[in-house]
Amino acid sequence: MTIKLEEIKSLIKEAMPDAEISIKDLAGDDNHYSATIKSKVFSGKSKIDQHKLVYKALKGKMGNELHALAINTEEIK
Amino acid sequence: MNDQINIKIKNILEKNQVCLFMKGTPEVPQCGFSLAVSNVLKHLGVKFNGINVLEDLDVREGIKKFSDWPTIPQLYVKGEFIGGCDIVKEMFEKKELQAKFAEKNIPYNN
Repeated sequence: MTIKLEEIKSLIKEAMPDAEISIKDLAGDDNHYSATIKSKVFSGKSKIDQHKLVYKALKGKMGNELHALAINTEEIK
Repeated sequence: MNDQINIKIKNILEKNQVCLFMKGTPEVPQCGFSLAVSNVLKHLGVKFNGINVLEDLDVREGIKKFSDWPTIPQLYVKGEFIGGCDIVKEMFEKKELQAKFAEKNIPYNN
């Protein structure tokens, strides 16, 4: 099962319209990605909660269609 | 969630001060992310118990619901969910993981 980079980006953008998103396809296989996401929604939240917001934005695809997504979240103040 | 699985998970967490739910074992990890967290713990000389979720589908799905976290590995220290691979690596780099072990009275090598 795979997912396109643009789809990941648009799902995150939909949930966090202010987000600055940078995604890399690590293996060129539509299945292993690394994402850096900057947004105001992360402000004041723990890392666990920040990553949960990203997982929520991906609507259950994480761990299913999407096997591997390394996440780096940063707050925009 | 299925109560029996929930109780099983709670038992595992009570019995193991540092517990890593992972794919494979600390000796033979079956996934790069599990390998990475296992290596961080080994590097810090922390005694931990690796729970191989590939051997128990109930635990594999149960732990995701337990923590509301969709991926494996998952690190727990004294019952507290610390994070997955990205968070553990980031905390290690910022020395926050070491601080967490110190706070929880878990021996580690600095």
